[in-house]
Amino acid sequence: MSDTRVRLGQTEVGAVGGRGDGTEVVLDVRDLRVSYVTPRGPVRAVNGVSFALRRGEAFGLVGESGSGKSTIALSLMQLIKPPGRIEGGQALLDGTDVLALSEEEMRRVRLAEIALITQGAMNSLNPVMRIREQIIDAWKDHGEPINGREAEERIRDLLRWVGLQPEVARMYPHELSGGMKQRAVIAIAISLRPKVIIADEPTSALDVVVQRQIMQTLRRIQRDLGAAVILIGHDMGLMAQFVDRLGVMYAGKLVEVSPIREMFRDPMHPYSQLLIQSLPSLARKGQFLGIPGLPPSLLDPPPGCPFHPRCPYAMERCRVEVPALELKRPNRLVACHLYEREEGQA
Amino acid sequence: MTTLLEARGVTKIYGGGLFRRDRTVALEDFSLRIEPEPPSITAIVGESGSGKTTLARLLLGMTMPTSGAILYQGKDLRKLSRREWRAFRRDVQAIFQDPYEVYNPFYRVDHVLHTPLKKFGLVKSDREARERIVEALEAVGLRPDETLGRYPHQLSGGQRQRVMVARALLVRPRLIIADEPVSMVDASLRATILESLRTLTRDFSVSLIYITHDLITAYQISDNIIVLYRGSVAEAGHAEPVVQEPQHPYTRLLIGSIPLPDPDRAWSEEQEPSAIGRLADPRSGCTFASRCPYAMEMCLERHPPLYQTERYRVTACYLYREAPVLASEHLDEAFARPGIPGPAVAASGAADEPTSSP
Repeated sequence: MSDTRVRLGQTEVGAVGGRGDGTEVVLDVRDLRVSYVTPRGPVRAVNGVSFALRRGEAFGLVGESGSGKSTIALSLMQLIKPPGRIEGGQALLDGTDVLALSEEEMRRVRLAEIALITQGAMNSLNPVMRIREQIIDAWKDHGEPINGREAEERIRDLLRWVGLQPEVARMYPHELSGGMKQRAVIAIAISLRPKVIIADEPTSALDVVVQRQIMQTLRRIQRDLGAAVILIGHDMGLMAQFVDRLGVMYAGKLVEVSPIREMFRDPMHPYSQLLIQSLPSLARKGQFLGIPGLPPSLLDPPPGCPFHPRCPYAMERCRVEVPALELKRPNRLVACHLYEREEGQA
Repeated sequence: MTTLLEARGVTKIYGGGLFRRDRTVALEDFSLRIEPEPPSITAIVGESGSGKTTLARLLLGMTMPTSGAILYQGKDLRKLSRREWRAFRRDVQAIFQDPYEVYNPFYRVDHVLHTPLKKFGLVKSDREARERIVEALEAVGLRPDETLGRYPHQLSGGQRQRVMVARALLVRPRLIIADEPVSMVDASLRATILESLRTLTRDFSVSLIYITHDLITAYQISDNIIVLYRGSVAEAGHAEPVVQEPQHPYTRLLIGSIPLPDPDRAWSEEQEPSAIGRLADPRSGCTFASRCPYAMEMCLERHPPLYQTERYRVTACYLYREAPVLASEHLDEAFARPGIPGPAVAASGAADEPTSSP
């Protein structure tokens, strides 16, 4: 069973890129499974997720709270804490499975290869340390002890890169606004030039004007670095503005992965369709359309497709058979029995 | 017909005393009237530091203004008798951002629904109370048998927030003040909750003041919008022109920054402030001048008044100084009344050109 999934990871999930140009894969996540142990049984927060991230691409993961998107971020950083547990799967970062690394090896990979920016990160800055010391500290932690003049120069360049004045180096976090703090966090995250940046709701605590400024900075940096970004969140507008490809999560699974334009123009999975229909817009004033029903309990998920109790198109088959995430059209992966599998690929 | 709730020239200053530099003007010379009829939906939109939460607290009598007054049925909140205060507490209900804070985790959900009914003596028996509660829960799309008897943590965030809407309606208020009621809720549920707020205010003839940072939902739900920037009204009026053809440079910046769920409509680039704007001192003149690409000499001298640029819109910006000035205490005269057809822009294809040059 798990064999076929890995094969799927290589031949299908790995073959589908946003631009279909065959760019090299930098991070290949295969059949990731993460559970949280609770008194009432295990909660399968991430239940067999596979996706391939291409070098330099911006990939979005969208889903409601509890869909497992943030758990994916923590797994890739090996930051899952008990009662959470990675139960299976691989995450190949340029061929190395980061899930199998020892704690010490992972410590070197974090920041240098793969960095995480979270919503709360700006509050995790040490309040009694100047920004420059926090940057130097991060370098030390990751085996790059840089000091003196070289450090000062690198810090100045780094701050300029994220749109901060050089004076910020001497400041304490409380002297900075929310947006400036998040820029400082980005500066630390990119200081060792990682290949992959995971941004988990990086701006949801910020006002929209500041949000746009930060996201535009992140995009510029991403392009300069040639890094891939995984943007995690629930704001479809932010996804539309930022990512090349979007993965839609539902109840611990990816239900659709499509290039962003196709996703908005012609969403395939019924959940993606309802999600996009429910977005209020500025274009027209109308009724708010919600998605009827509630997300399933992960303790006791429904049999078959997890979305079938809320799906307007559910068939008998959906109640018994879990649909696999498969290539249903060129560049489009969908986990839904409504569509025939695309033939002749790979 | 006595005005239901009125803010009259309200200013709120925090801090102060000897260290005058510590003074923060949270809200300055703000006026608004909510009439009992017809019921209306007014959105107050602003970012952090705009004064919107201060305004909510003032309107609910949770804090008193530094100058000016909040009046309930024409009477200053500070001068209400006990009985009048009770009537005010019943007529004006609040819904807050995080419903979890309102709940006591040791009581079942039923408790938060029974309390206001008992407090205001609105029911004669437990049976009547139960009937009212069931009716209110059903009105917000909750199944009473799946909601009652549960503890707060057994409900989802969306369910908890809908219970708060039900609770606000239970006492048959005349005005609901909702401060960011959906910002903690998942996107797919936001729509459902806002839709129930909108239908309920219509069905029960309740007015709504919707306070938010989210211009899109504000546009969707409201008749009129007030855009606040650093304690002052930047632009206000009928939702349609304010959103589709924003005039104030700040409203334009705000709308241009919204990440629209359309990959083909990219974020607009922010314009740099003008050379004069760069010299602006945020403590005098127009509060937006230091960020404004159009700032002129006069913007540094005095904060602009409200110019009534259209029948249903005012803009506090000197770019529109040819238009007549509307005294700030008459702000609501620029509001389109529900039921009265709005300006023609509502029907035009204005959505394609959200910003026109001044």
